Amino acid sequence: MTRGALMLLCASLLVGACERERREFRRDPVVASDEDKITMSSISPGGGQPAAQSSARAKEFENNAYHVSQGKKYYTWFNCNGCHSNGGGGSGPPLMDDTWIYGGSMENIVRTIKEGRPNGMPSFRDRIPDDQIWELAAYVRSMGRAIPQDVAPGRNDDMHPRPAENRQPYVTPIPGGSTPPSGLAPQ
Amino acid sequence: MKRSLGAAIITASIYAGSPWALAWAQGASAHNIAAPPASAAPAEDGQWTMPGKNFASTRYSGLDQINVSNVKNLQVAFTFSTGVNKGHESAPLVVGSTMYVLSPYPNILYALDLTQPGAPLKWRYNPKPDAAAQGVACCDVVNRGPTYANGRIFFTTLDAHVVAVNADTGEEMWKTKVGEINKGETMTMAPLVAKDKVVVGNSGGEYGVRGWVQALDAASGKSVWKAYSTGPDRDVKIGPSFKPFYDGDKGQDLGVSTWPPNAWEQGGGTVWGWMSYDPDLNLLYHGTGNPGPWNANQRPGDNKWTTGIFARDPDTGDARWYYQTAQHDIHDWDTINEQVLLDMEWDGQMRKVLVHPGRTGFVYVLDRTTGEVLSAKPFHALTAVTGVDLKTGRLQYNPDKEPIQNRVVRNICPTAPGSKDWNPSAFSHRTGVLYIPHMNMCMDWETTEPNYIAGTPYVGAEVRMFPGPGGHMGEFSAWDIRAGKELWTINERFPLWSGAMATGGDLVFYGNMEGWFKAVHARTGEALWQFKTSSGIIGQPTTYRGPDGKQYVAVLSGVGGWAGAIVSGDLDPRDGSAALGFVNAMRDLKNVTTKGGTLYVFKLP
Repeated sequence: MTRGALMLLCASLLVGACERERREFRRDPVVASDEDKITMSSISPGGGQPAAQSSARAKEFENNAYHVSQGKKYYTWFNCNGCHSNGGGGSGPPLMDDTWIYGGSMENIVRTIKEGRPNGMPSFRDRIPDDQIWELAAYVRSMGRAIPQDVAPGRNDDMHPRPAENRQPYVTPIPGGSTPPSGLAPQ
Repeated sequence: MKRSLGAAIITASIYAGSPWALAWAQGASAHNIAAPPASAAPAEDGQWTMPGKNFASTRYSGLDQINVSNVKNLQVAFTFSTGVNKGHESAPLVVGSTMYVLSPYPNILYALDLTQPGAPLKWRYNPKPDAAAQGVACCDVVNRGPTYANGRIFFTTLDAHVVAVNADTGEEMWKTKVGEINKGETMTMAPLVAKDKVVVGNSGGEYGVRGWVQALDAASGKSVWKAYSTGPDRDVKIGPSFKPFYDGDKGQDLGVSTWPPNAWEQGGGTVWGWMSYDPDLNLLYHGTGNPGPWNANQRPGDNKWTTGIFARDPDTGDARWYYQTAQHDIHDWDTINEQVLLDMEWDGQMRKVLVHPGRTGFVYVLDRTTGEVLSAKPFHALTAVTGVDLKTGRLQYNPDKEPIQNRVVRNICPTAPGSKDWNPSAFSHRTGVLYIPHMNMCMDWETTEPNYIAGTPYVGAEVRMFPGPGGHMGEFSAWDIRAGKELWTINERFPLWSGAMATGGDLVFYGNMEGWFKAVHARTGEALWQFKTSSGIIGQPTTYRGPDGKQYVAVLSGVGGWAGAIVSGDLDPRDGSAALGFVNAMRDLKNVTTKGGTLYVFKLP
């Protein structure tokens, strides 16, 4: 075997590895602001789907292990766990199940974090940088494993009160939720 | 089980209905001499106007039409849906011929007309609290009840307002904002009206708020005085008249010096539980909640004036004495449980006492004039604490269970909600026994670094709870206050989160989280009657004499609260740390009950 062939093999491995974890290190803050048209409904008057348009950003974040693991870190740093625990919920709803009161897409979750929701979700707009919100949303999507298994985190640094994110079976988020928002039954 | 006294009691009950029984009861009361002071617990009038029934908080009604021999015939008189799916911890009140029912958030007050068949709705009052308040309520969006005085119903709302409503018309008399939800302050407690003042306190001990108790003028809703649970003496209303019994509570500005610099500003000590009032001594008794954050390593020191009992002058708010049940609390053991005021013989002397079944696992008997601890006996399996030093009043911790940063300390008993949480016990002077609904649970606890962001949780602990010795999680115990021991105990599968009520018919009522509402014999603990309601019970039973002269028993069914949050909040049972670690123990509750609030009222046929 020649040294040249070995080097070629190493180089190809390197290129392959690069392919898997490509990400932008620093985004242009102007371009990075919201440009998505998002919807919380699956119906729209006049027939057809609701007008929605999403950038490729969601895939970029939720298919990237680095972003998801950063999101896991911020999840504790910004006290998300105080209300949503390790995904099972508490004063806030669970995040590891398949039920999404305000939509389970990346774009929906980003909006939820940024704008807050009327039944107790605080608004984090101007409190958390945009990219970190996307990273948080990617981690939130990993809690019930709506993202690829090889991207989902595998362990906690603290007590393990639940199966690891990458051990969960894949779930398809059900948008719209099933809980009357205020706990008040229709009157 | 302790048979000797039980046998004596059974023997006595055999004679129930004969002149012997009466003689025995009178003889017993003359000998035991434990009864609430007459000024705090006036003669039975057939109403139930405040959650504690009276200022002494005995939750005892003298009504005896429903008694041990006929309770087996108890049947539903009417029901009423509150339309709310969250935990119903409130007590239905009866004033005259109207029943008042307060729902959890959105805190709707319903008035039901008891003179009409089926008790139709007279009016409803909706305070329309800010929905965002739900996001800063640690343990379900509960409310522990309204209270009545001078033609008005008073209650707190989740978004930290206090409301006065005309009891006849449902018209709002005043509504005062007393807290800020954006800082994590909510309100869940039932007010106490002493003289012409409505006394209330805040919730939010898990959000780094600063606890306080406040008196509002009952006529106008204006604040009369406000006392914080942490900080300088003037904020706590500690002055020359403050005479604590123990040396550890004496000194200047302990609410500052027993904390790391400025930690008292987020120090908790919220006043979200029960209050009692002694009109003879003119003293108001209230507890203070846990210090914040839960992570005790962040706040070295005794953390005054959290986790203790205050006696205050209700006119000025000035503190008279204070006793700390858990100095430097390490496991969330709020001291907000009920204080039952009794006059009883103690070592040959009549003493004015205050009985407090605490989260720490001890039933405290205090002299309510001085704050001296007369007795502190355990009523729960304990590993985290070994006792209470009666010389210094200090709780003795087991060093093996003390928190270590980022290490899981296992098998700590009792748990964060304590041996017994908010759900109040009842005292019958006929039996001289305190009836305590409580838990039997232990936990694993990892201390983590919390991060203070105003308006978000400030806890710093990963917790998972599990059943205590024996595998059951709830116990209903009859407690001999003087001897400091259990007379009998009924085991329950799930933690007991409902209050107890005792009656002149020698019955004790309580509900369990599966939904069974039960009547047991006050002397033997024998189960005499039970009824399965639509959801788990965490409410407070009450009883009253209706306009038809008959006795009724009322209770709200509707599971939730911290223990039942797994059902009321649709939590995911796979995460044991959900609901601050309670879900680990409550995974099965979802298979046993569903949410939904309904009032049940029972009568004899």
